Amino acid sequence: MSRELTELDSVVTLQKELSKSKGSLKSQLQRAERQKQIRSLLLILPLVCFICVTFAFPIIEMLYRSVDNQSVPKGFPNTTQVMKQWDYEGLPSMAIQQVFMAELRERYADKTLPKLANRINIEVSGMRSLLMKTGRKLNKTNALPVNHQELIKLDKRWAKPRYWAAIKTLSAPYTLSYYLAALDMRYDEHGNITQQPETRQVYVDLFTKTFGMSLAITLICLVMAYPVAYLLANLPDKKANLLLIVVLLPFWTSLLVRTTSWIVLLQNQGVINDLLIWSGVTTERLAMVHNTFGTIVAMVHILLPFMILPLYSVMKGISPTYFRAARSLGATPSIAFIKVYMPLTMPGVGAGALLTFILSIGFYITPALVGGRSGQMISNMIAYHMQTSLNWGMAAALGGLLLAVVLALFYLFNRIVGINNIKVGG
Amino acid sequence: MALPSYCNTRERIGYYGYLGFCTLVFLFLIAPILIIVPLSFNATPYFTFTEGMLSLDPEAYSIRWYSDMFSSNQWVNALKNSTLIALSATIVATVLGTLAAMGLAANNVPFRNTIMAFLISPMIVPVIISAAAMYFFYTRLDLSQTFIGIVLAHAALGTPFVVITVTATLSGFDHSLVRAAYSLGANPIYTFRHVTFPLIRPGMISGGLFAFGTSFDEVVVALFITGVEQRTVPRQMWSGIREQISPTILAVASMLILMSVLLLLTLEMLRRRNARIRGIRE
Repeated sequence: MSRELTELDSVVTLQKELSKSKGSLKSQLQRAERQKQIRSLLLILPLVCFICVTFAFPIIEMLYRSVDNQSVPKGFPNTTQVMKQWDYEGLPSMAIQQVFMAELRERYADKTLPKLANRINIEVSGMRSLLMKTGRKLNKTNALPVNHQELIKLDKRWAKPRYWAAIKTLSAPYTLSYYLAALDMRYDEHGNITQQPETRQVYVDLFTKTFGMSLAITLICLVMAYPVAYLLANLPDKKANLLLIVVLLPFWTSLLVRTTSWIVLLQNQGVINDLLIWSGVTTERLAMVHNTFGTIVAMVHILLPFMILPLYSVMKGISPTYFRAARSLGATPSIAFIKVYMPLTMPGVGAGALLTFILSIGFYITPALVGGRSGQMISNMIAYHMQTSLNWGMAAALGGLLLAVVLALFYLFNRIVGINNIKVGG
Repeated sequence: MALPSYCNTRERIGYYGYLGFCTLVFLFLIAPILIIVPLSFNATPYFTFTEGMLSLDPEAYSIRWYSDMFSSNQWVNALKNSTLIALSATIVATVLGTLAAMGLAANNVPFRNTIMAFLISPMIVPVIISAAAMYFFYTRLDLSQTFIGIVLAHAALGTPFVVITVTATLSGFDHSLVRAAYSLGANPIYTFRHVTFPLIRPGMISGGLFAFGTSFDEVVVALFITGVEQRTVPRQMWSGIREQISPTILAVASMLILMSVLLLLTLEMLRRRNARIRGIRE
């Protein structure tokens, strides 16, 4: 009896539940949708976290490095404070100079000066020797210089305002000086932004050259890829698939292998030079590798599949009836081709050209191996600052600029082509 | 594409000119890769065809560079390292990438495009920037010059390919199949194993192959964050080309070409299989 009652009870509650929820079927649906949404997000979350930790965070940290200037204010905290009173007019007052000299001596004594001197030397060359020499001399004597003459006796460069200006400019915790240097500019002795002297202007030229080479490579790729993609799209499937292998095999071959083969082919004693001599086109062996020419040839070869494949997939979807319709309306083949067919292929042209351009402005391996002196690009300069000059702030700033350009192009690509249309490998 | 019989001489010339141009482009694409293979059998340490090779004299050919490669500790070690690193990175990339692609397949994910762009970014950002950034970060975490460090880095570079291929596979995926499985009483794990997984497997495998290829070919990050103990094949090739290019490198290159041919064939097979499963006629 009691059991029946409880069952009855539960039926009643169930009925109540149902009647309550009946009115809000909409909210139930919403809840189900939300659960589905949460489930999807939970599936995405691990990868988002993984990319954040292993990839995105390191890049943000590197960008921070490009404006970070904590080392100088930390090394000379008192100088940083008193320097605020000086407004780049003439020399700083004797009080400021003495604060600085005292700190310089301390830094020399606790052996942190070389690192600081290196940092300041990036801004004004000669600073390292000046700071180290002054520090050594100060460390020997107990007394600090009390007037200007004594200071100049330590080193006469202290009479020039520009060395003091460098210390003041660098006493801010964050600096744009790396970015300015990456654009061939600097802070002058009055703290204003000016152009670098012409002999030290390298980066703007390098950026221009990188863009110029990438543009040339993109155009060459387009000219070579368009007819080939058209042929592939209009051949019977069996033949087209066979020829597609010719496009896909280079795409799948190691980049280093392709670069190696171009070095082997183009070098002085290589196959192409042998062929040219044998056929009598030239009598002298041509220098085709370790220069801009070699870089462009090898990069066109490497990037050509990235142009052919998007063009091919767009052309494959264009119905031949459009062309026939244009012909039947009286257009000559060339007019039908230019006015009807080519506009239809523009999405493919845009996708291929943007992709090729994005990939080529960031190229590192091929210019490094084939480029020699003249074929270097911006990536190679980043690697130089990372590995050889150890000017990491500069590497980070150049990387930041390159990244900004690439991301802007990627945004454009996303707007024009749509990120969901990226395909890999045909 | 065939030429109609009624066309005039000018059209004929244009047509053959066009075909000639295309042939040249195809030659440009394939010749530099194929020419490496016979050159790697050169008996002399030169990078060009000797007279003996041109007259097909068997004396002019030898496998000395291949035996050089296999007897060199450096190369064998590099091959071991590369395989191990690429396999580990592929597993990480495939698992994470597939999960994310399945999440992205739902049509009501907020900020879907932004998330997708973020997940693909390792493929777009120039590798020198990634390498420099990873160098600073991994050094600080004491992960540089370790096996784990390079695996994590390569996995990050490989995931976009997995995300793209699996998303593409899922775009033609019929979600009512999953619902049907649920309605027949299957739990989510069973449904995944017996319904979803077989259908997305081709996409997963081709994404995995891409990730493997990316890791196996990656040199810049390896240059920055690996030590002597994790030297990979591309890293070894890189120093070989920079210092003194020896014909042994051609032998290695030929082996890598063989590998990419195999990869390509596998992918083509997968593509056909995928098309067959879905009933797409070629």
